[in-house]
Amino acid sequence: MARVVAQRRPWLWLASAIVFVACAALAVAIWRNPNIDHRIVARYQFAPAILHGLVVTVVLALLSAVIGTTLGVAFALMRLSRSAVLRGFAAFYAWLFRGTPLLVQILFWGNLALLFQTLGPFRTNDVMTPFVASVVALGLNEGAYMSEIVRAGISAVDRGQYDAAQALGMSHALAMRRIVLPQALAVIVPPAGNQFISLLKATSLVSVIAGGDLLTAAENISSANLRTIELMLVATFWYLVLTTLTSLGQHLLEKRLARAGAGIHAAD
Amino acid sequence: MSEPAAAPMLRVAGVHKRFRRDEVLKGIDLDVAAGEVLCLIGPSGSGKSTLLRCVNHLESIDDGHIWVDGQLIGYRDAGDRLVELPEREICRQRAAIGMVFQHFNLFAHLTVLENVIEAPVAVRRVPRGEAVRLARELIGRVGLAEKADAYPARLSGGQQQRVAIARALAMQPKLLLFDEPTSALDPELVGEVLEVMRALADDGMTMVVVTHEMAFAREVGDRVAFIDGGAIVEEGSSSEVLVAPRHERTRAFLARFVGTR
Repeated sequence: MARVVAQRRPWLWLASAIVFVACAALAVAIWRNPNIDHRIVARYQFAPAILHGLVVTVVLALLSAVIGTTLGVAFALMRLSRSAVLRGFAAFYAWLFRGTPLLVQILFWGNLALLFQTLGPFRTNDVMTPFVASVVALGLNEGAYMSEIVRAGISAVDRGQYDAAQALGMSHALAMRRIVLPQALAVIVPPAGNQFISLLKATSLVSVIAGGDLLTAAENISSANLRTIELMLVATFWYLVLTTLTSLGQHLLEKRLARAGAGIHAAD
Repeated sequence: MSEPAAAPMLRVAGVHKRFRRDEVLKGIDLDVAAGEVLCLIGPSGSGKSTLLRCVNHLESIDDGHIWVDGQLIGYRDAGDRLVELPEREICRQRAAIGMVFQHFNLFAHLTVLENVIEAPVAVRRVPRGEAVRLARELIGRVGLAEKADAYPARLSGGQQQRVAIARALAMQPKLLLFDEPTSALDPELVGEVLEVMRALADDGMTMVVVTHEMAFAREVGDRVAFIDGGAIVEEGSSSEVLVAPRHERTRAFLARFVGTR
């Protein structure tokens, strides 16, 4: 009986070997690096100040995501409206908030008191605490990106679905809520998941206005003990935990939507 | 209901429709009596589908009147002007007029049963149990009882169109509009849909059918109207128009169908 011999792939083996050796060398270099004190990393990994920063980061991201999604849906609907004024305003909003650096937006909201000393009956600095300024900045920015994602999702739903809903006597709002948006969801979730991962990492930018997030907490400690790299490693670990959990959740959600929407992407 | 028996279920009078510069309907007059089946035939782009979409106000009109069961559709007559009705009123009018589309347009995220109960529950506020009972009966009537829990994408085109008919019937419409209901179907699936439509006609449903199925128009249609260039060229009983057309344009159009059925 003849033996089956698969095609030889020497270059594939060589490339794999190079990548493996490079990764191993890098890991050893970091692990054995005399400038990294692993006891410091271990001591601060679960320190109360760090964990508090972690909680702030999670709350910031969740609040901004809720605000961003709400604004995103509202602006996407405006973008598709009959009124040129609403369409124009929604386009302007997306243009402004996607076209300027998030860092600038955060600094703007954090320093709003320089522009308006009072907001109605309140002093600006009492209302716009660093945390509130962070939520406002991240939420408005997120809304601009979400509006584009939601708009693309709605546009992906066949026009005939809306016609059929209208022909059955549904109002615009009802047709959107019961027929169009549920189907748009399958298209919206994957990019929205990526957007949320970006948002989780973008929360670190609020450290410039002392937003109290994870990176702010790590920087506060490292500016006292000068262990910059160690505390960045502490923060890095937590960011990776958060983004990994998010990816997992996104994956599960997509699987669920694929099942419920068996009709949308039929795969027999 | 107290109207005299002669009052038409659908009356279209002097309807004009423009898309920007393009006049697609140039003064259409039509009457359809209760229980009657009117077939609209004509070349593509002649305005048949647009006329149908005006009847349930999916398209606005630029001039003229459309009445369904004595009610002016889409507008309020304010002497010299026609004022478009508020959304609520338009929705109420549409709920009583069923429509079946060329591409079925079943709600892709809902099962067959959910498609059929959606409008009765969400629009009419029929209790769910009652809506499900009616839906099962209608799905059975179009021969798909065992597919009630399937998603549309699992069904053949012919099955999808039969569900779409059941979905329209669930609103208990006074008038059913069909926009080329078999044009998107594989030839071997056309028969099953026409079968269901024939049964509806026999039950006395008032129907306006845009179609290229001349055999269906001849057998099921009480009357046929031939539309070309946004105007009705010829209208009459189906035998008159299809067998002995008076107009040259009608004859030329029908000549293309000779031998197809």
